[in-house]
Amino acid sequence: MSTETAEVKEEVKKSSEALFSKRRKRIVSDPLNEDNPITVQVLGICSALAITIKMEPTLVMSIAVIAVIVFSNLIISLIRGLIPGRVRIIVQLAIIATLVTLVSEVLKAYYFDMYKVLGAFVGLIITNCIVMGRLEAFAMANKPYDSILDGLGSGFGYAWIILVVAFFRELFGSGSIMNFKVFEAIGWESFPTNGLMVDSIGAFMVLGILIWVQRSRTGYVEH
Amino acid sequence: MQRSNTYIILFSVALTIVLGGLLSLASVGLKPAQQKQVELDTKKKILGAVMDISGYEDPNKILSLYDERVESVVVDINGDEVTTDEKGNPVVAEKVNIQKNYRFDASERLYPVFKFKNDPSSDQIDAYIFPMFGAGLWDWISGYVALENDLNTVKGVAFDHKQETPGLGARITSEEVKSRFVGKEIYEGSELVSVSMVKGEGNSGLTDHQVDGMSGATLTGKGLNDMLENYLGYYQSYINKVKSGNGKVALN
Repeated sequence: MSTETAEVKEEVKKSSEALFSKRRKRIVSDPLNEDNPITVQVLGICSALAITIKMEPTLVMSIAVIAVIVFSNLIISLIRGLIPGRVRIIVQLAIIATLVTLVSEVLKAYYFDMYKVLGAFVGLIITNCIVMGRLEAFAMANKPYDSILDGLGSGFGYAWIILVVAFFRELFGSGSIMNFKVFEAIGWESFPTNGLMVDSIGAFMVLGILIWVQRSRTGYVEH
Repeated sequence: MQRSNTYIILFSVALTIVLGGLLSLASVGLKPAQQKQVELDTKKKILGAVMDISGYEDPNKILSLYDERVESVVVDINGDEVTTDEKGNPVVAEKVNIQKNYRFDASERLYPVFKFKNDPSSDQIDAYIFPMFGAGLWDWISGYVALENDLNTVKGVAFDHKQETPGLGARITSEEVKSRFVGKEIYEGSELVSVSMVKGEGNSGLTDHQVDGMSGATLTGKGLNDMLENYLGYYQSYINKVKSGNGKVALN
């Protein structure tokens, strides 16, 4: 009992912290750049390769991943005091799997065309290391509001990278952006689309260049 | 902090019940919307084989268009109409799952036929649409092939696939590849020869039974050819019945 009262006191004290204090801003901004889940931690690569052929499915995938990370972070953080340590990984997985299934069902009911395109990849969000990584590393030890911020940061960090990859792959692979034929629009009808870009190899290359650019900018070196 | 085994078991049971309940609730709640989407998708594909439906954005318009223009019938391998299944339940062509039927022997499958009318008020059938199913390179491919009312000339096709390579095999769903089939013929005299995709791209001197291939996707093309040949073969008895005019099946 004594430990519980101590926890409550601590929370009361901390809740006086500003809604967007410096520390909280960092929770959101770090994964966008210096601690990006894809380019720095190199997590979630499989989906970054698989669904970035065109921007539209990539956008839907981003929203799905952000929703799953934020809500699983929130739920785990809310019940973190109740989760028995020995089965915590299973609990995290069960919650992620439930959320992913919900997202998949909603897509099937209202965005059937996207559901057909993304198909198995939505289900594979379950195995996206970013989601579980955030739960284990952050939500298990932090308060709900901070966990939501952390989820948003990691989610958007993932989203912007795959959107950039998709932008270049769609532009050079299909000659379009969001299915809008840009090269035809500017009068360059005979733009040669690059077959390599629609293949996963193209994603590796674009992603590799992105990682290079980002790391040389932030000065991050792997040890 | 170490918890007792009882706590862990109780926690796990509670979690399972809550999450399971949530999932079944979502599944039941979203089922009508999902079924409508699947129905719409099927009808879009059927219509897409004979006409350009890109102008119809509103799902309800597509559904009413379908009801106006399309009649359906289910036949067996002998071209005879099937109205009830073995349990006596009525068979609806739109509900026949081609993929499930594909698992049975060809002689036991149900074959839906969709009859398209340009003019909703007349009895004249302007196109016959035959659903098909087969194997691509990586997974299944499926299609709807529409024949003109001479039951020889291809009016249009619509293909779908599970996971052919984007930019290569997946091109079977593109307008450009689909348009190659239009105007081709499936019969040579009275013999069924089907339409086949040749190897390589940019071929010239193609006959009425050949379409240009897809560079880098020869195996998907082969799967497509097999699917067309097999299924046109399965539908042949029905086609012959309609052609000879004694098929009451075709006129009702």
